Amino acid sequence: MFSIVIEAFQYSSDFLSTFGGCMSSTEASSGANPALPVIEGWFTMDEADTHLIGSRCKRCGTYFFPGNVTFCRNPCCESDEFDAVPLSREGTIWSYTDAQYKPPEPYVAADPFEPYAIAAVELAKERMIILGQLAKGITVDDVTTGMQVELQLQTLFTKDGQDYVSWVWQPKI
Amino acid sequence: MSRDVVILGAGMHPWGKWGRNFVEYGVHAARAALKDAGVSWQDIQFVAGGATMRNGYPGYVAGATFSQALGWQGNEIMTCYAACATGSQALAAARAKIQAGQCEVALVVGADTTPKGFLAPQKGERPDDPDWVRFRLGITNPTYFSLYAQRRKDVYGATDEDFAAIKVKNAEHGFSNEFARYQKKFTIEEVLASPMVASPLRLFEICATSDGGAAVVVASKEYADRLGSQRQVKIGGISTVSPKFASADVEMPDIATDSAAASNAYSFRASIAQKAYEEAGVGPEDVSLAEVYDLSSAMELDWYEYIGLCAQGDAEKLLRDGDTRIGGRVPVNASGGLACFGEAVPAQALAQVCELTMQLRGEAGDRQVSDAKVGVTGNQGLFGHGSSVVLLR
Repeated sequence: MFSIVIEAFQYSSDFLSTFGGCMSSTEASSGANPALPVIEGWFTMDEADTHLIGSRCKRCGTYFFPGNVTFCRNPCCESDEFDAVPLSREGTIWSYTDAQYKPPEPYVAADPFEPYAIAAVELAKERMIILGQLAKGITVDDVTTGMQVELQLQTLFTKDGQDYVSWVWQPKI
Repeated sequence: MSRDVVILGAGMHPWGKWGRNFVEYGVHAARAALKDAGVSWQDIQFVAGGATMRNGYPGYVAGATFSQALGWQGNEIMTCYAACATGSQALAAARAKIQAGQCEVALVVGADTTPKGFLAPQKGERPDDPDWVRFRLGITNPTYFSLYAQRRKDVYGATDEDFAAIKVKNAEHGFSNEFARYQKKFTIEEVLASPMVASPLRLFEICATSDGGAAVVVASKEYADRLGSQRQVKIGGISTVSPKFASADVEMPDIATDSAAASNAYSFRASIAQKAYEEAGVGPEDVSLAEVYDLSSAMELDWYEYIGLCAQGDAEKLLRDGDTRIGGRVPVNASGGLACFGEAVPAQALAQVCELTMQLRGEAGDRQVSDAKVGVTGNQGLFGHGSSVVLLR
């Protein structure tokens, strides 16, 4: 008979995340207009040690990204207390693609439009997959499923002279 | 034991890019379904409307909008919205009403008018809305389709030719379907020559957004028998289950999956059809034909596995063996699927039901699947919505 397929997350490394003092924001660029995050509060602005900021349930240990949760979504848990935690900044490519056509707003595209690649990355400790653009210059021909990547900051777009940065995934050499 | 509920009539407005008001498509489909059922509009006791989010207030209250357009006659109304599962949820509401003995005959309608190009989120700066956020980051609907397509290539050995072959198959199926928007055959070479949209998927492998409308008339078996209907199709089961935590599917519009740090990981899509099969008392081995959501050509392969037609990783073999074309062991998307229709969200799950109804009655003309007895639908959309309907002859 029919049975539910449980696709277990793959563990690809014994990766240990770095939990450095990364919760304080610093500026990603210097100059008259310091860069701003494309979305406030989703990642640290420390270029040398970029982390996505998630939440971790104090009772059951489930992670959430984005971290703006009020009640734990694990159906076995009634907690409403969370710690803001930096998520693993390295992971494994689960799959990848690219965008050959300009997305609609609110994406702010360069003119002319520059195609970009995207990866879905598994974090081993958190047992979750997080999407993000791949670093500029990386194409789908440069990556494979199972490849190790790490987080970086990169300017996503410039609007009215203001740089906005986002996280991107960079293949590890 | 709840009483049997049957489909008495099915009707559609042809899919296209007509640019007219969605109400027109819905009423056209409703009248066709009523005529097909041999039921007068004034005998309908309950109208379940599938909402559309892109057509202002009348779309939010579609059950009332369609009732008014057909002529107020004092029937009860409801409207629901469940993304791609909208039509099935409306059908489930009508079935429950009949099962509970609160009405005998009901009309279910879904219709949409869609904008051109990419589906985009609502306007404004809305960083709390995950659907807004993902577009801000450059993650569109084809991104999600292509992540799964690429994964099939890397894990199960799918090829670009496999993805193109799905399009070719569905285009052949839909070629003579008067309700399909695209009635044109393609070759593998033509599909592979179409522009890359999101690697590895090409333009002809990603479904368009369409205008369209679909409707069914449902009734208690007793009502249908009293009417003397010889063309009843039984609703065996309907599933509109939610995902289970932790959902491991990379899912529109989310940037991240659930974390399985403290839970088991589940595949939502693989769970959707199970409840419908159980309700109907049948299994995938009994299925004569299926209508599934080929938002991309590659996604149809995933659906072979989600609805249990084959084991995980075997979908390419099923396709290559010709099992899923009309004339094969278990034809999939005999209507032509989304490849030939494009998606008209609140109508699409009902369009799947309409196709199965025609097939199980043996009224599908050139695309008739021989000796069709059990049909299953599968679809899935934003925010944890999915549905499956099992119909029985």
